[in-house]
Amino acid sequence: MLRLRGRSRPFLPVLLLIVAVVAAVPLVTGNPSMREELFFMLLLVTLATSVNVITGYTGYVSFGHIVFFGLGGYGAFWLMQALGVHFLVAAVLGVIPAVLVAAVVGAAVLRLRGAYFALATLGILEATKAFMTNFDPAGGAVGLSFNFSIYAQYGGAKSAAELAYVFMALVALAAIAASYLVRHAKFGLALMTIREDQDAAVVLGIDPARTKVAAFVISAVFPALAGAAFFFKNGIIEPGSAFDLTRSIESLVMVVLGGVGTVAGPVIGAAVYEWLRGFLITSPALASFQLTIAGVLLLVVVLFATSGLVGVLRARFPAVREWLE
Amino acid sequence: MSALLALRGVTVAFGGLVAVDDVSFDVEEGSITGLIGPNGAGKSTVFNAVNGVYRPRAGSILFDGRDIVGMPSQRIARLGIARAHQVVRPLTDLTVLDNVTVGACFGRDGLGLAAGRRRAAGVLEQLGLADRASQPAGSLNVAQKKRLELARAVAAGPRLLLADEVLAGLNPHEVDEMLGVFASIRDAGVTILMIEHLMQAVMHLSDQVVVLDYGRLIAVGTPAEVQADPAVVEAYLGDPRAAERLMADEP
Repeated sequence: MLRLRGRSRPFLPVLLLIVAVVAAVPLVTGNPSMREELFFMLLLVTLATSVNVITGYTGYVSFGHIVFFGLGGYGAFWLMQALGVHFLVAAVLGVIPAVLVAAVVGAAVLRLRGAYFALATLGILEATKAFMTNFDPAGGAVGLSFNFSIYAQYGGAKSAAELAYVFMALVALAAIAASYLVRHAKFGLALMTIREDQDAAVVLGIDPARTKVAAFVISAVFPALAGAAFFFKNGIIEPGSAFDLTRSIESLVMVVLGGVGTVAGPVIGAAVYEWLRGFLITSPALASFQLTIAGVLLLVVVLFATSGLVGVLRARFPAVREWLE
Repeated sequence: MSALLALRGVTVAFGGLVAVDDVSFDVEEGSITGLIGPNGAGKSTVFNAVNGVYRPRAGSILFDGRDIVGMPSQRIARLGIARAHQVVRPLTDLTVLDNVTVGACFGRDGLGLAAGRRRAAGVLEQLGLADRASQPAGSLNVAQKKRLELARAVAAGPRLLLADEVLAGLNPHEVDEMLGVFASIRDAGVTILMIEHLMQAVMHLSDQVVVLDYGRLIAVGTPAEVQADPAVVEAYLGDPRAAERLMADEP
């Protein structure tokens, strides 16, 4: 009888532990600037890990994925500001508009394949941004901002920022866990079958429409939660920062850099990308070339290491292969 | 025995081109039916109609007494019709085992992932691919990919297997092995409808042979009846050498 490769290696717990330990450092040391930096990195980890579910596992490049970050942010922000809802409740409810858009619009645009889907997601992002810019109840182009007294119920601005940070870290951990579970579930196998050959998938008994919409919805949940935390901490939200195309594309770059369709890839990609940017920005000689260098780096990965950093690590260090998924 | 699959006046057309024209035949449960005909006779189109890839312009297709015309392919697959394609389409980045697991998990039996893996491992063993299980499917050679295609279809636990030229491109030794595989699949209770150009194989394996020419059904019967049918010899096997070859291969 053929021996089936067991899933005995504790890859997920190790990955979660590493992220959790790193995330805990600024809470222990009480270093606010480090907390800010790590907040942003955890946000990027969440965005990259989420977009990887629809792009890496399913093969549908979602250029406008940041729309879910913005929708979650706006939903939660409005609930907190207009109705005085507690942040944690608002963040969870803020997922609803993101999930609705993912399910309804996803059902329509996930029929498209390849570049057409990618373009459609850009359309969704720009349309949503244009709508919010002209939607007065959400502040229009100016957006919404908190009165600082709103942080009083959380024990002041500092503890509100800490709450947002802890929440962000938990969302990142949940996104990684969800990515792993999807990857190893029957559902994930259906996604990868669709990625490889959708026409064959149908003949094998997979319902591509439902499966893809489910993946799109899952990939929308975590960016929405992250958006709630990000704008709660910032105290201001406006269409430009909520629906930022550059950040949307950056999260795809991180996925490609780390390793498309892997669990660890988006995490490593986000961390390396953000570390590199920090390094370049603070280096006087290279600061003005940071985007150029990032672009060249992306070209190198796409041309010479299509499986990303995870692929390079796996190829170079066989011992790592069994550990890195 | 009763008909597991029954085609009734099935017509498939693409614009003005009628690829399958008013075709009717039955496939008995537990049998092997060979579907033969020259290139372009409409054999693969019949398969595409049966598993819902093309919708017939007219006629009905009864699977276990139920009309499946208009059903989406994935539902037909879950009812128990699996297909091994002529042009193999492995999921190249997935392992051989995962490829077959897809069949087990989403086909008729709809197994869970763990049970699907076990079923897939068993089928790979049966089809002699067990030692390739953890390789990416893209790394297999043509003969292995053909087997994989068949393994994926069998793993679904289908009631009806549509096998489209699974023997094409195999060497005589591999063909012999595959004939044994087909017989064992049939013995496991799976009804088989196969398109095949290797007359020897078709005539040897089939309980019934269906002959198409230019989209029309020109003969149905046992291998012996079909080979003796003047319509088949004259119209389909109009090439005398092909007729000779067919006769020489008589089992």
